[in-house]
Amino acid sequence: MDAATSFWATPLGWTLATLGGILIVTVGILISLAFLLLADRKIWAGVQMRKGPNVVGPFGLLQSFADFFKFVLKEIVVPSGSDKVVFLAAPLITFVLAFIAWAVIPFAPGWVISDLNVGILYILAISSLGVYGIIMGGWASNSKYPFLGSLRSAAQMVSYEVSMGLVIINVILLAGTMNLTEIVTQQQGAFWNWNMFGGGAGTWPTIIVMIPMTVVFFISALAETNRPPFDLPEAESELVAGYQVEYSSTPYLLFMIGEYANIVFMCAMISLLFCGGWNPGLPQAWLDALPGWLEQAIYLVTFLAKIVFWFFMIALTKAFVPRYRYDQLMRLGWKIFLPTSLIAVVAVAAWRVFAVGA
Amino acid sequence: MLQGIAFYLLATVAVVSGLLVVTARNPVHSVLWLILSFFSAAGLFVLLGAEFLAMLLVVVYVGAVAVLFLFVVMMLDVDFVRLREGYARYLPLAGIVAGVLLAEMIMVSITVVQGGAAKAAIGPVVATADATNIEAIGRVLYTDYVYFFQAAGIVLLIAMIGAIVLTLRHRPGVRRQDLAVQANRERAKAVEVKSVSTGQGVTPEELL
Repeated sequence: MDAATSFWATPLGWTLATLGGILIVTVGILISLAFLLLADRKIWAGVQMRKGPNVVGPFGLLQSFADFFKFVLKEIVVPSGSDKVVFLAAPLITFVLAFIAWAVIPFAPGWVISDLNVGILYILAISSLGVYGIIMGGWASNSKYPFLGSLRSAAQMVSYEVSMGLVIINVILLAGTMNLTEIVTQQQGAFWNWNMFGGGAGTWPTIIVMIPMTVVFFISALAETNRPPFDLPEAESELVAGYQVEYSSTPYLLFMIGEYANIVFMCAMISLLFCGGWNPGLPQAWLDALPGWLEQAIYLVTFLAKIVFWFFMIALTKAFVPRYRYDQLMRLGWKIFLPTSLIAVVAVAAWRVFAVGA
Repeated sequence: MLQGIAFYLLATVAVVSGLLVVTARNPVHSVLWLILSFFSAAGLFVLLGAEFLAMLLVVVYVGAVAVLFLFVVMMLDVDFVRLREGYARYLPLAGIVAGVLLAEMIMVSITVVQGGAAKAAIGPVVATADATNIEAIGRVLYTDYVYFFQAAGIVLLIAMIGAIVLTLRHRPGVRRQDLAVQANRERAKAVEVKSVSTGQGVTPEELL
């Protein structure tokens, strides 16, 4: 035990352990994405009373892998008038940014690659960079529709980032920290300790603000990841496929994986910030009574289940809701979400100062 | 040693991309190099232990300001040849500005090395277990410097209002959607039943 501990504390051991962690998380996400993508299509099909993909493998389970090979084996077409370096860098940036954000996500107590004390700011920083992949892709294609799509997308993502940041400030005010592990730890115990329900005994009256804020965050997450009903950057009826028009084969695959990784990431964020992260919402004493490995397993499964639940909600939204018009999208972001979340920040901050005491 | 390698790597990237901002032929490429430069600067902040500032730099400059730069530059119809013409002409002026900046920075560095930063010493606060640098900055910003902070906010507000006033034009005759009016519209106002005698039809005037 001691030898093992000391090895993992040396620089070499630490590097190996971190690399191993990164590998597990990345590969885990990639494989889960394959099935989440299938789930997305199946749910969509289910709502429309179709069967969805059901040919490759049992129940179509291997569909995503078949698609993967199709993408990889096709020829990469680079438009002759395009800016080749930027054109190929754009999907890479999208892909890489979608994955490095996962570095600060705690999957279970201690199961986090990098436990930053500015974790939330890191996530905001990375997600604010996400827009570059889209703008660069649209511009470098040297074509009308991609360019229009990328301009729309830039405006949309910048707009919704504002309200999203303000919603997150509410959570920071409740928790008093920007470290994601601590935020989740504070929500442990019964489910009414979750931030969505006001964050427990000391701060429960903020439930009036936090439930609407959870909804605002969910809708902003849809807009931020360009999911329906806010998929204007790739509105196929107007812009064919927006910024992705000129992309084919592997670069397109990178864009698509990046997009889905972002969606799942947003699901993880909602779970962590509002729904208690890995906490199953049971009294902490019950969990502590279990053997250690079982407790950890329950935490991990709970967190993954919450991610899948929110992904299910997002997939349903895609099937149910018609696409917003562009001016409606901007109206919702700037005239409704921004004032609402700003008032919420004032309310929670005032409550925090005058009712709880600093 | 690892910190040294990281510093020189980030500093080199920052300086080289800064040079490329000026020399790149395509303005969009310039902005992209500028973004890389900002990003490396954020990395340098992390090395200093100022991770809060680093994240703010990325969120504000890279995530918002540079996006708008890119937005504007991409939509400009730039004539690259004409753009290059002024290069030699403005070089002396740019050289003077750069020289003054360099001299100022050297003077500040020398002063800091010799006398230390201002004695009352806020100095760089490195994150410790009990006080993260978010807390440290927050405590200074909202107590000692609260008036400067508020003044900065008001300056930004004025700039924002100015930009809106300059660009906002109320054009007459533009149809806008009013969701409240739409949602509150009643059947009686929207639908009218006309009795039409057989074989006669109605003219559009009658319908109105």
